Amino acid sequence: MNRIQAKLQEDKKLLSIYFTAGYPNLNDTVTTIENLEQNGVDMIEIGLPFSDPLADGPTIQASSTQALHNGMTSTVLFDQLKDIRKTVSIPLILMGYFNPMLQYGVEAFCKKCQEVGIDGLIIPDLPVEVYHEEYKAIFEQYGLLNVFLITPQTSEARIRYMDSISDGFIYMVSSASTTGSQSGFGNEQTDYFKRIADLKLTNPQVIGFGISDYETFSQATQYAKGAIIGSAFINYVTAHGVDDLGAFTTPLLNS
Amino acid sequence: MATATVCALAGLECIVYMGEIDIARQAPNVARMKMLGAEVRPALSGSRTLKDATNEAIRDWINNPVDTHYIIGSAVGPHPYPDMVARFQSVVSEETKWQLKEVEGRENPDYVVACVGGGSNAAGAYYHYLNEPDVKLIAVEAAGKGIYTGESAATSVLGKEGVIHGSKTLLMQTTDGQITEPYSISAGLDYPGVGPMHAHLYETKRAEFISVTDDEAMTAGLELSQLEGIIPAIETSHALAIFEDKKFKPEDVVVISLSGRGDKDLNTYIDYFKL
Repeated sequence: MNRIQAKLQEDKKLLSIYFTAGYPNLNDTVTTIENLEQNGVDMIEIGLPFSDPLADGPTIQASSTQALHNGMTSTVLFDQLKDIRKTVSIPLILMGYFNPMLQYGVEAFCKKCQEVGIDGLIIPDLPVEVYHEEYKAIFEQYGLLNVFLITPQTSEARIRYMDSISDGFIYMVSSASTTGSQSGFGNEQTDYFKRIADLKLTNPQVIGFGISDYETFSQATQYAKGAIIGSAFINYVTAHGVDDLGAFTTPLLNS
Repeated sequence: MATATVCALAGLECIVYMGEIDIARQAPNVARMKMLGAEVRPALSGSRTLKDATNEAIRDWINNPVDTHYIIGSAVGPHPYPDMVARFQSVVSEETKWQLKEVEGRENPDYVVACVGGGSNAAGAYYHYLNEPDVKLIAVEAAGKGIYTGESAATSVLGKEGVIHGSKTLLMQTTDGQITEPYSISAGLDYPGVGPMHAHLYETKRAEFISVTDDEAMTAGLELSQLEGIIPAIETSHALAIFEDKKFKPEDVVVISLSGRGDKDLNTYIDYFKL
């Protein structure tokens, strides 16, 4: 069983953290992952930086620009992660835009993901139909789960289509937004969380975009299996670096 | 401009994203859009030109999908936008056909020449000739300060297949797949890719691609002004510049898409020629 699938079967709400690989410093990637696991995080999204991250707000844009400036590339990231499975056992998901993967070669990229121990991919600009027709077989060959994003505007038919070709979780974007643009959830969002929960999908849902603290994390996980924090974590490491991550994760896990 | 005009007529709120560099170098267009009631927001990231303005417009749309329509004038971005833009612009080749019939007694020229950034005017100028193999299509790209100077937008030479703004096309990029910041003296040609239709015309050799430098374009723009009394947009000046080197037969009928007026570019002409 894939590590993501095993984690999703645990009887708990999952805290997942996104960070940009190579940020704040090029060689912070492995330290960040190890410290997140030691501090009780359930799952990690490793952001492969891209020059033009359309789905991201200013915080992750800035971290991506800095990471690229630091020298991060697909090749550097795979090299940094080559021994990660000696020290880390939680699920690792690579999140990035499609063009760097296309240039690396989609199959070569997937093969490398499997070699270093990546469990899944999140690619906001790869449409589900294109994935289904052209890449699903390759992803499966290398044991990778692909995670699709839905928003409040995604039709039920499309959600059910994604559900039918997913084997991990559905990534629920909390509202129609880029990353980091929310503070707190209103009725409109909780209605949407309920509506999706009531669809009784095969795949559990994990909510992301706009989760920044204990309050939003616990609101989101009332309706979903877990939640993902990205921009708020990037802001934390921008201010404090990656050596002491407990100060960020403890309030989320122990409240 | 077109969007701001239509929004004024229809009473709709209009927000235009424009690269900070382009706001400065096309100030008259910005003033016109403001007079029409549009809010012009500068794109401050990347090269602060067309690519970055497109990023910001798409992000705005992601954040406001219910009450906002996304509109783009370039033949780029996700389907069906390039197709829609090409159809709207196709009026150019439709009119070319009947005007040419009046003037030359034939609907089809030997050549159609158009400048290509994202590719909207070229898409329109070619549209009704795409399936007329006797009509040769010439696409003129911006070589900036020279194709290999690192300050260029000559996508057909420097680009390879990639994904930007939701479409797969020819794209200027690093070996790692990061998008390269383009450069051209002309705001409309300053894009690191071409629309997917143009990538197809290039790959299938249906269109011949020629690159023209800033200097060649500016000289051609001045020449048209002095010979014909038409001050062209700097985008258009690129298309005009091919007549320096490209040889035609005296009897050839060559249609050139005069895609824009130079009013918006006067600041750049003034700075360049010290007018």
